[in-house]
Amino acid sequence: MGTNAVAAKPQADQESRIRTGNHFMLGDHACAEGALAADLDFFAGYPITPSTEIAEHLARRLPALGGRFVQMEDELGSMAAIIGASAAGARSLTATSGPGFSLMMENIGLAAMMEIPCVVADVQRASPSTGLPTMVGQSDILQARWGSHGDYGIIAYCPASPQECFDLTVRAFNAADQYRVPVFIMMDEVIGHMTERVIIPAANDLPMSHRKGPRTAPGGEPFFSFAPDEDLVPPIAHAGEGYKVHMTGLTHDERGYPALDPETHDKLINRLVDKIRLNASDIVMYDEIGVDDADTIVISFGCTARSARHAVNQARDERMKCGLLRLITVWPFPETRIRELIKRGNVKRFIVPEVNLGQLRREVERLTDLPVLRLNHAGGTMPVPDAILELIRS
Amino acid sequence: MSVIEETIQPGVNIHPIDKLLRADRLPHILCPGCGIGTVIHGYAHAIAASGLDEDQHVCVSGIGCSGRAAGYVNVDSYHSTHGRALPFALGIAVHKPELNVTVISGDGDLTAIGGNHLIHAARRNVNLNVICINNFNYGMTGGQVGPTTPIGAKGTTAPQGAVEQPFNLPYLAKATGAIFVARWTILHVREFQDAVLRSMQKKGFCFIEVLAPCPTSFGRANKIGDGAHEVEIYRERCRVENGATNLEELDIDLIDESKSITVGNFVDVEREPFLA
Ligand code: SF4
Repeated sequence: MGTNAVAAKPQADQESRIRTGNHFMLGDHACAEGALAADLDFFAGYPITPSTEIAEHLARRLPALGGRFVQMEDELGSMAAIIGASAAGARSLTATSGPGFSLMMENIGLAAMMEIPCVVADVQRASPSTGLPTMVGQSDILQARWGSHGDYGIIAYCPASPQECFDLTVRAFNAADQYRVPVFIMMDEVIGHMTERVIIPAANDLPMSHRKGPRTAPGGEPFFSFAPDEDLVPPIAHAGEGYKVHMTGLTHDERGYPALDPETHDKLINRLVDKIRLNASDIVMYDEIGVDDADTIVISFGCTARSARHAVNQARDERMKCGLLRLITVWPFPETRIRELIKRGNVKRFIVPEVNLGQLRREVERLTDLPVLRLNHAGGTMPVPDAILELIRS
Repeated sequence: MSVIEETIQPGVNIHPIDKLLRADRLPHILCPGCGIGTVIHGYAHAIAASGLDEDQHVCVSGIGCSGRAAGYVNVDSYHSTHGRALPFALGIAVHKPELNVTVISGDGDLTAIGGNHLIHAARRNVNLNVICINNFNYGMTGGQVGPTTPIGAKGTTAPQGAVEQPFNLPYLAKATGAIFVARWTILHVREFQDAVLRSMQKKGFCFIEVLAPCPTSFGRANKIGDGAHEVEIYRERCRVENGATNLEELDIDLIDESKSITVGNFVDVEREPFLA
């Protein structure tokens, strides 16, 4: 056993916001702990398997730390409440699964349009509809990108371990604040219900960023809530700070006032998309095994990436030229990286295993004429390493 | 300088509530004779009378003509999605309990698509002032019937007249736990303002139904005539009964002219507010 096994024990102190130390922790709980470490102020949610442990954990922990926990009447209200709280300055979170995620789509569009930061953890289960409530799925991936009507940009992370549930939740809050967007943590039932080692760093070692606020004092010139800086992200003022902001889901000018004309609309919506698209190189995260010499690259995310890693390592042990590109952000999609890999000329094919009927495969196919092999299951179970290995050998 | 500005004495050309309205957004989108402007005016007066700094006030609304109210008041204001003004406002009120949060929205927004949020916000006793502008129909979309349309009244989606039992909103608000419940009309300007002010002073879920003419949609379909005519109906048929306890009998019947419309401050009690 490594030295970590005797390192700091989880703190018994219920009041400590950041439980620095080594833990044996459930993925859902790690997500909740990540939110707390990221200074979560407000949680609103509705019980749904397999995400409920996030809410339950926060119901115990958050009020004791001065935050607010609200169990709402439904997911429509949960999403609206976290946007409202964030409009008043809170770091806010909700957690759900497919059926609830569908209900949240309405107000996810509002958060995108009002550019109000917020974080949604979607612990995916086998879908559509009620599907297999207690079993794994990865089929909300396209919904995360396109689920609300209209065009807008968002960020979505895909943790592949409880450790990443913690790390990426912290990151999600920072990204939401930095880009004024809704950010999704696209967990899945396997990762949410997996218990593994989670190392929580000391407070000083946690990356923390803050929202850009107004640069002028309240009461002077009107504050323009939607006048972007060079990074296309406008500073934000919150309710109660004296700036008399107005925010609306209607198409609006830089002051925030409704401006119902096609030119304003086109300009605004392009910026909402571009502020993520043009900052993608700063947002995108992935990791790789052996892609440099690979003729076969497996592209995978979430729980499936664990089987893929095992299969790729084994294939490499068998001297096959095989690599893994594991997506940590699914959105923005790391297309620049995939294009780079294709350009090198040695890649002959991709394999995209996923617990859906080919949602991300489509994204890969969009970028290449090379064969993109599928390995799909509609949900309830995940591809085992042998199945992926067999495809690599084929 | 305009003729009007020239003829006004220096220092008196600003109306006392001008600073509470977003004058830069005028003219507003509301139809002539619409009652919503009077409600916005009453809210602004209540803010002025509240003694609280304007920056302590927040206005949230949903969608529809009434939902546009948030766009005209010069406080932090949020025009949210259809039906979700209450949970949006809950987020603000719970995160910053020091703020005085008022929801202004329409009957369709608050009681149809947002009906579930209404009963739960009341049950929880969220610290909100809710002004429900009831004009008996969906005005913005052209006069469809809704859950407050009186039986027999016409709308584009009920050309033969509404047949469904409408909500009796004060009764609903009381039953679900509101600590202050009132019904006024835009004729009762002063009483309405006072009710809004009372809501601002109370900690908990306060609900005010305010009847307002929608001459363009409801008025025309039901041959009521212009806004002034509907206000005339209020004047003839409203009976003030503060403290009325028979809320279950306060249905509004606009067709039967022999029936009065009961208005007043009905409920004013105390109960532990939600996370306030
Ligand atoms: S349609 Fe009716 S409610 Fe809407 S602004 Fe016109 S009169 Fe007012």
